[in-house]
Amino acid sequence: MTELIRRLLRTPQGAVGAAILVLLLVICLFGALIAPEDPEKMNVLARFRAPDLNNWLGSDQFGRDTLSRLLVGARGTVPLALAATLLGTLSGAVIGTASAYLGGRADEAIMRSIDAVMAIPGLLLTLLVSSTLGKGSLNAMLAIAVAFAPGMARVTRSVALTVRRQDYVNAAIARGEGSAWIVLREMLPNVAAPVVIETTIRVAFAVMLFATLSFLGLGAQPPASEWGLMVSEARRFLHQAPWMIVAPGVAIALTAIGFNLLGDGLRDALNPRDER
Amino acid sequence: MSASWLLHRCLFVVYTLFLVSVVVFAITQALPADAAVTLLGENATPEALAAVREKLGLGDPMLLQYWHWLSHLLQGDFGTSMRTGQAVGPALFLALSRSLLLAACAILLMLVVAVPLGIIAALRRGGPVDLLAGLVSYLGVSLPEFVTGTLLLVLMADRLQWLPATGYVPLTDNFFDGLRHLVLPALTVSFILVAHVSRMVRSEMIDVMHSDYVRAARLRGLSKGAVLFRHALRNALLPVITIAALDIGYVLGGIIVVEEIFALPGIGRALIVAIEARDLPAIQAGALIMAGTYAVVNFAADITYALIDKRIRYD
Repeated sequence: MTELIRRLLRTPQGAVGAAILVLLLVICLFGALIAPEDPEKMNVLARFRAPDLNNWLGSDQFGRDTLSRLLVGARGTVPLALAATLLGTLSGAVIGTASAYLGGRADEAIMRSIDAVMAIPGLLLTLLVSSTLGKGSLNAMLAIAVAFAPGMARVTRSVALTVRRQDYVNAAIARGEGSAWIVLREMLPNVAAPVVIETTIRVAFAVMLFATLSFLGLGAQPPASEWGLMVSEARRFLHQAPWMIVAPGVAIALTAIGFNLLGDGLRDALNPRDER
Repeated sequence: MSASWLLHRCLFVVYTLFLVSVVVFAITQALPADAAVTLLGENATPEALAAVREKLGLGDPMLLQYWHWLSHLLQGDFGTSMRTGQAVGPALFLALSRSLLLAACAILLMLVVAVPLGIIAALRRGGPVDLLAGLVSYLGVSLPEFVTGTLLLVLMADRLQWLPATGYVPLTDNFFDGLRHLVLPALTVSFILVAHVSRMVRSEMIDVMHSDYVRAARLRGLSKGAVLFRHALRNALLPVITIAALDIGYVLGGIIVVEEIFALPGIGRALIVAIEARDLPAIQAGALIMAGTYAVVNFAADITYALIDKRIRYD
């Protein structure tokens, strides 16, 4: 594990990605403490301030400090995107592993249903699910998890099919273990490695998807400081105060870049031969 | 490409569409909204609500409701909007035609930019174009459409005033003005595609340039241009078609967001409006039409691929 981290940090992508994510972690944990002002505090005399020494990133239509809202908003965006990815990955991994373990007709039925769900473009599926669940951050998170699960199930199944043929699985079957035990305790831990790589790459996508749902009005609701929502609200004032759009936009992009770099670095660290 | 393969693919599309209709119906049936309340408003009397539920068949078992919906669909009836009281089919297909125009512009833009960018980046590895391509591909996969779209809007329409900010003008009304309205949306949608496809072209090109037959062509003394265009390019672009077809899913997602930003009355915006209004028939029809388009485009890409690559025989 430490060897892997050392190799990861030696790749340029991995090092930069890790640096961005550590910064992000600090902001998520201590954002409210670092923030120069209360992100909800309105100030009618300081509306639409351009970036200056008092408001480094300017202020919005209620005179709220953009930098403070960004710092606090990290908590409204990143942890939920992470949770969505983990939930989607985990449920997808369990479905995929179970499908590979069961084999035969059950496997066929599960995989065909997954084909059906995946025939719907990703954002469309997420929109459908989140419109069914209703507006709100938590529901948006669930919708992303639902949209991620089929793809993860497919990836995991292909790995689990080889694991299924291993001796220790046959041994467990011979011992008379239950199906749930075999899937969860014998097979799942052994399909973890490729799934973890796939997951880091998807976190970037989840961050963007979550912000997009908020932008479309289905995720976080005002007056929350969520980055996608901030861009959406700032659109009405793009003429007076373009910095209101730029700041959260850059925050989303940096976060996604961080996770993408880390994912690429991880892939390189695990397959040192591949030069592309 | 044999007739039986073609038939097999056709059947697969029909099968996919059927499955998609089941999924769309199942998801939207779970909508918390009561269609009768949506239709009559919160203050309707219980008797009126009951009458509407009876008329819409809302009390019927799920399977029967699905069957009614499907049999109407097969007759070309996509249902009646709860918001406008009009048939949703014609309006949605008109919106789809605008979205397809946008998608076509975006894909054209992608091809014009991504293919040369990828090729030059591959031929001059480590050069300035290669670095630019690397930067574009990173930004492309890390910037969601709503960020690139709004930033483009601020820069090109608000600050520089080069292009109109929002709205849609049919090409038949005023071709030039209509095109001007499409530039920013198409740019936004194509950005992620350029990022993805140029990277693909680059890596395929690097592979192909190191392959034996390109080396053989060089050894035969063919000119650089002949090697590049007749031998390398054809083989490098082949896998790109499949990847580009898979990206159509992204395009459809991107269109939803981009139409919202630029107030373009396409199918994505229609879907968002329907979701806002909890207009169940419009949501179902919109989702089905979008997913159907996706399936048909993938089918078309498969056929194109098989036509170009003579080696493929699916039998």
